[in-house]
Amino acid sequence: MQSISEALGLALGLVISADADLFEIVRLSLYVSLSATVLACAFGLPLGALLATTRFRGRGVALVIVNALMGLPPVVVGLFVYLYLSRSGPLGFLGLLYTPTAMIIAQTLLITPIVAALSRQVLEDMDREYAEQFRSFALGWVQRVQALVWDGRYALLTVALAGFGRAVAEVGAVIIVGGNIDHLTRVMTTAIALETSKGELALALALGMVLMTLALVVNALVYSVRATATRSAYA
Amino acid sequence: MRDTASYLELEADAGLSATDLHYAPGRSRLIDGLTLHLPDSGIHCLIGPNGAGKSLTLRLLHGLLTPDAGAVRWRGDTMSASDRVAQAMVFQKPVLLRRSVAANVDFVLKSRRSADPTFRDALLKRVGLEGRNRQPARLLSGGEQQRLALARALAIRPRVLFLDEPTASLDPNSARLIEEILCEERHHGTLCVLVTHDVGQARRLADSVAFVSVGRIVEHSTTDAFFRAPVSREARAYLSNLMVL
Repeated sequence: MQSISEALGLALGLVISADADLFEIVRLSLYVSLSATVLACAFGLPLGALLATTRFRGRGVALVIVNALMGLPPVVVGLFVYLYLSRSGPLGFLGLLYTPTAMIIAQTLLITPIVAALSRQVLEDMDREYAEQFRSFALGWVQRVQALVWDGRYALLTVALAGFGRAVAEVGAVIIVGGNIDHLTRVMTTAIALETSKGELALALALGMVLMTLALVVNALVYSVRATATRSAYA
Repeated sequence: MRDTASYLELEADAGLSATDLHYAPGRSRLIDGLTLHLPDSGIHCLIGPNGAGKSLTLRLLHGLLTPDAGAVRWRGDTMSASDRVAQAMVFQKPVLLRRSVAANVDFVLKSRRSADPTFRDALLKRVGLEGRNRQPARLLSGGEQQRLALARALAIRPRVLFLDEPTASLDPNSARLIEEILCEERHHGTLCVLVTHDVGQARRLADSVAFVSVGRIVEHSTTDAFFRAPVSREARAYLSNLMVL
């Protein structure tokens, strides 16, 4: 077990020297979480738009479910995906368990409700504001949704960034379906958990630094997107 | 010019007509047997006290609200989807898209599959916003926003143009420009239905004035007849209060 100051020094050294193992883990983390974010947006945004702009029987129940799913425990998602992808599961024949693809699927399931619920809120607020004007223009539903998504692009970008933030910091689901296999499915969060349990704090701290930096960058991006949009009155 | 009686007797096939409209969300009867016949062109004002139902009437005529009873017709026929597409409305508080000035007009043009930058620029010039194409629409002043909303409505080349207090709280220059554009539209044969609290504006612009009180039209006559000798007690009281003020 290293002392904290010794570990911090080693961690800084790993980051500064661009350690190959460290950056392999960072690259995989970004690949998995960015892929999951893109997929979650592909599913979540249309779902959010549908919930925001249509009225149907059972909509209230659908909203409650989507909002509740925002708080899905990652380990439950991991377990669910594991059961489906394991050899005896219905999708076992795909051979995806313990691959980055399985991790992407788990993270996608985890953050899709977040993207759907937050984008629903953004688009519904905007739809309420535009509703009368759009009816006056006699717009069809597709034109209406296209206009809402375009006008809400800055707010929706922050929704996507929030989803990415949640995905990249998540550990429970990816460790179950990815298995934390070195050079294959080891991402920042699972590596931190492993290295900490081994008492190897240098790599864990180095990854923690990268993760924190990433969180800072994401938040700075959200802030700057909002500030730009507000400045030009497009928010 | 028609006189008082002929406006009241305009038949339902004259232009835009509303017959015995009722609108009562919840338990409050906001529009209560409203009947109004307008010719198919000209500027026609709805005036009346706050809460009388002027804006609601406009929304019912435009189809933004569905009446509980009664019918709105265009040239004697039930309002069709194509009739509605040829209508536009300028709201008291303009709702502009979160886009540039030009993109706001382009949006409407594209929705009618008629994107035409030359026409758009001509419209912006007409409302005094030439050279402002790339400016964010929501950073315009109140008067400029309203003029942009009018340009957007005109982009539809409307057959019927509804305006809900379009010059309320605007400076005199912006108000005058909007009034000039309405006069031009009248010249082009557009039917403009204007809600206003500005009696001077109604006098200057309107071919006829309909007085709304408690969800009904209690008087509809030529502008001259209305201001010279209002026949309804409600209109007389309203105008005499304005004279006192």
